[in-house]
Amino acid sequence: MITTLGKKFIKTSDDIGNAFTMLVKTVHSYISEKQDRKNIINQMIQIGVMSVPVTALTSVFTGMVLALQTAYSTKNIFNEPIYIGSVVGFSMVKELGPVLTAVVVAGRVGAAIAAELGTMKVTEQIDALYTLGTNPIKYLAVPRFISIVVMLPILTVFADIIGIIGGFFVSVYKLGIAATVYKNDILDYMRVEDLFHGLIKSIFFALIIVTVACYKGFTCEGGAEGVGRSTTQTVVISMVMILVSDYFLTALLVLFGIG
Amino acid sequence: MIKIVDLHKSFGDNSVLTGVNLDIKDRETITIIGGSGCGKSVLIKHIVGLLKPESGNIFVDETEITGLNEKSLSEVQKNFGFLFQGAALFDSLTVGDNVAFGLRNLKDLTEKEILEKVEKCLLMVGLEGITNLKPSELSGGMKKRVALARAIATDPKYIFYDEPTTGIDPIMADVINDLIIHLQKSLNITSIVVTHDIASAYKISNRIAMLYDGKIIGTGTPDEIKKTENQYIKQFTTGSSVGPIKMKVRER
Repeated sequence: MITTLGKKFIKTSDDIGNAFTMLVKTVHSYISEKQDRKNIINQMIQIGVMSVPVTALTSVFTGMVLALQTAYSTKNIFNEPIYIGSVVGFSMVKELGPVLTAVVVAGRVGAAIAAELGTMKVTEQIDALYTLGTNPIKYLAVPRFISIVVMLPILTVFADIIGIIGGFFVSVYKLGIAATVYKNDILDYMRVEDLFHGLIKSIFFALIIVTVACYKGFTCEGGAEGVGRSTTQTVVISMVMILVSDYFLTALLVLFGIG
Repeated sequence: MIKIVDLHKSFGDNSVLTGVNLDIKDRETITIIGGSGCGKSVLIKHIVGLLKPESGNIFVDETEITGLNEKSLSEVQKNFGFLFQGAALFDSLTVGDNVAFGLRNLKDLTEKEILEKVEKCLLMVGLEGITNLKPSELSGGMKKRVALARAIATDPKYIFYDEPTTGIDPIMADVINDLIIHLQKSLNITSIVVTHDIASAYKISNRIAMLYDGKIIGTGTPDEIKKTENQYIKQFTTGSSVGPIKMKVRER
């Protein structure tokens, strides 16, 4: 049993080291080599633009339910629904916007990247790239890396806005709160650092998703079953890492006075 | 010329290559034969730098490649064309873009010159008018031929064929054999073929080498191989279940 645990520990350490090396190589390739703009734009559309509907749907209902829950809770305590704008705004911008968008993107985009690269690996297309004078890191990882690091914060801002709008509709049309009250609850208490707090976290989440997905794709083995395994592992590992790192990132950012 | 010296490679506890020595002369077609899973593909992937050995050396035109960094290795790789077992065409690209892929990355050509070269290479493998099709629209034999066109497009000095006739019907397999011979004669390149198709090996090779138990156990011309007294090679080339090579009927 100790041997098995030891082997697992060594394998996990090896994977973490190799994934980090791949991330460093990706950043180095991005900085030092000329990039294929068409490929990057195509990836931005696939990763960012195509994720807009599912992000919108998730965040609008999250904003709506936040408004509803806050109203019920504050009504029980203070006999009237108060601070709904503040709760929805802070929750969306600092926490739920970045985390939910990252989880949605990990499920939609992370899985797609792992499946695509994994299929390319098991069908020797990645080896074929090498023999045709192309580094797979540059051709496959860099465009996905840039696209996700740029698009996830943009999607997060979009999710923040949609979530706040969702909360606004519930507050104004269901709970009968004046629109200016909801608006002032947000503008009076929120600072620009709160927005940065969420955006910095979303950049870290983007790095987690793209590193896990590309690494699992590039190291995929074992045919169709292996592709399925890599895809599942990508989603599970990304989501767990997003949620765990969220706590530590929040603590660290607050320590530095950001949000 | 390619020279392989005492090459060793293991995957976990499984030793695949245990001291391979082989010389490949310029402009010859050498076929490496051996049973399934004996390490033939692993051997040629070492030669093109896709795998790194645990020990041993590979010299390509006097350059030792096992210790090269990525940049220097990619310079050497420009001399190679590779036909993969499953063709390994890029699913997301058209046939034309697949064949043009290496040209766009490795050669300094205009788009017009690239398109002309693509047409020429596809014609050489007996295909035309399919540049806009996707790989999923092609048959197995057509995929192999497109992959062959892609491999020769960059005018490589060495071309590697990994099981070129596996998974296609006998007639198409013979068409591929004829293509390999035709390309060898017309382009004057060095061909390294890996196969367990003995009929194909006899037809296309100048020399045949047999890989068994992680080592090259014999080399010779097709005629020499046919007349060999080596019991291992004899058993393999005649396809007999009786002999020194023991295959397990039931795996435990």
